[in-house]
Amino acid sequence: MAKVPVQFTLNGSEKAEFIESGTTLLHALRDKIGDMSPKGACHQGTCGACSVIIDGELRLSCLTLAETCNGAAIRTTAGLAEGGVLHPLQRAFLDAFATQCGFCTPGMIMAAKVLLDRTPNPSREAVVEALSGNICRCTGYEPIIQAVLTAARANSQNAA
Amino acid sequence: MELRKDYFADVRKDGLNEIGQPRPRLDSPGHVTGKTAYFADRNFPGMLHLKMVRSPHHHARIRSIDTAEAEKHPGVVKVLTARDVPHNVYTILILIQIGPEDETVLADGKVRWKGEAVVAVLAETERAAQEAATKVKVDYEVLPAVFDMEEALKPGAPLVNEYHGQNYYLYDSGECRKVRFGDVEAGFAQADHILEQTYQSSPIEHAPTETTGCVVAPEGNDRFTCYTNTQAMFFTLDNTSIILQMPGSKLHFVGGTVGGGFGGKVDVIVEPIAILGAKLTGRPVCFIYSREEEMQISSPRAAEKVVIKDGVMKDGRIVARKVTGYTDAGAYSRHSPYGAQKGAAHYPGPYTIPNVWIDTYCVYTNRTPSSAMRGFGVTIGDFALEVQMDKLARLIGMDPLEFRFINAYRDGDMKAHRQPTEGAALIECMQEASRAANWPVAEKYMAMSSYRKGA
Repeated sequence: MAKVPVQFTLNGSEKAEFIESGTTLLHALRDKIGDMSPKGACHQGTCGACSVIIDGELRLSCLTLAETCNGAAIRTTAGLAEGGVLHPLQRAFLDAFATQCGFCTPGMIMAAKVLLDRTPNPSREAVVEALSGNICRCTGYEPIIQAVLTAARANSQNAA
Repeated sequence: MELRKDYFADVRKDGLNEIGQPRPRLDSPGHVTGKTAYFADRNFPGMLHLKMVRSPHHHARIRSIDTAEAEKHPGVVKVLTARDVPHNVYTILILIQIGPEDETVLADGKVRWKGEAVVAVLAETERAAQEAATKVKVDYEVLPAVFDMEEALKPGAPLVNEYHGQNYYLYDSGECRKVRFGDVEAGFAQADHILEQTYQSSPIEHAPTETTGCVVAPEGNDRFTCYTNTQAMFFTLDNTSIILQMPGSKLHFVGGTVGGGFGGKVDVIVEPIAILGAKLTGRPVCFIYSREEEMQISSPRAAEKVVIKDGVMKDGRIVARKVTGYTDAGAYSRHSPYGAQKGAAHYPGPYTIPNVWIDTYCVYTNRTPSSAMRGFGVTIGDFALEVQMDKLARLIGMDPLEFRFINAYRDGDMKAHRQPTEGAALIECMQEASRAANWPVAEKYMAMSSYRKGA
């Protein structure tokens, strides 16, 4: 089958691949590029485990065709820590005991990052709304909400 | 939260210093950075994808299987049927001597539930495997099916599983697991009130975020490394060894990282066929359930039916309990004979009842085989018997919490299945619950203890 070239940045690094037309971004990231942080769980856009950030927008990589991402800036949880220092969201998830099986965690962190990038000091309701597309089957929602609120507080303290 | 260290302080050696203190999870750094390696995060060059051809019928005889078209499909490397599996008929609990072997890895001559695995297709891509699977031709003769446990137990019901010969698991105690304690009929005869109620539940799917699956890599030393999300590593390894007639030393299982299990990943379903595929092709193999398979194919919690008949005195004592429990195993045993047996021991609940009669049946139907899930065998029973406790309390006009104090088991009490009670803490839990929920009970109950003084 004919291949299609795609080129984008992933966590700031240039990536270029030949893919089959119709390949999802999730498949391209995991099986072509080797970034395993987005997870395949429902493959139908209902669980949020595959969430990534494309040009600042939260996107479901299982429903995004890789060939539509030419020239895009893609961010994943694997690229969040800088120089070995955890992002405040990662630190807050650790400290708040906000992971159980961990499978939803990268997607949760992506959804939370987009929220905090836009709303550095969100209300609890805004956090709940922002995470509403991400399923945690271990049902650890309360620590996750607390972690996002804690990270937001850390953000605003750093800014002050 | 207040920690009450005074309870059982005389029998405890530790200081409970860890309780209430935050401790980091060792796996959390991997989770928040995306570095935790789940089985599907293993990727090998040349990895094949396995897709299963499944039965569209609840119960049918297989007249013939034609894989010729599927084998010709571009990208297909291997097509497996029952005759490729060295020891095709198995049962997981054979490891603890609970037989007979009653389930096929790939269907042989018959399918017993809708979704049963019939043919495995291995191809270069997931898409090629999926497309080729649709080209496998299976000629079925549809048979009458039975979906209701009581229907299945009636004479003349369709026989679900020939390896059992009847639609129930034959325990060494007969057609059901039995507990007999005291004289239940004498208990009913002396009771002030008798209450008989029936409780039922539907199957429940675990719905883990990560679907069931494994990735297998053949190694240069003639071993197979199997990356799996099984919750039962050694059960899976030993059963795989039996199914593939392969010594355990050839099998290297890597796991323990599970994206949600809840008991849904304790059966031995994906690993043996994936390893067989890797053996017969010499290639790495990936077998991952789709979300649809996870919902339709993976074992749910069993449907249960529980009939509880209690005799109770006006003063609150339960003097007799008779329970008939039914566990819907679906078409195959998996863990259900054990689950039904657990229920038999559990139905008195944490209460001391002098006269008990329990029968629990493990029933075969043409439904999806059920298996483990969070306290299987007792969870539905707990729902039933605690609802029953509330109803009994209402019947005699007693506070439901005080009613439970009266019947609570205490150290030294003999349970119906002949295990003496040790380390009971129900009374103390209820005392704390009474305080925490601001649900006061009479002072005499707050003065009770699980210890029997002088016992």
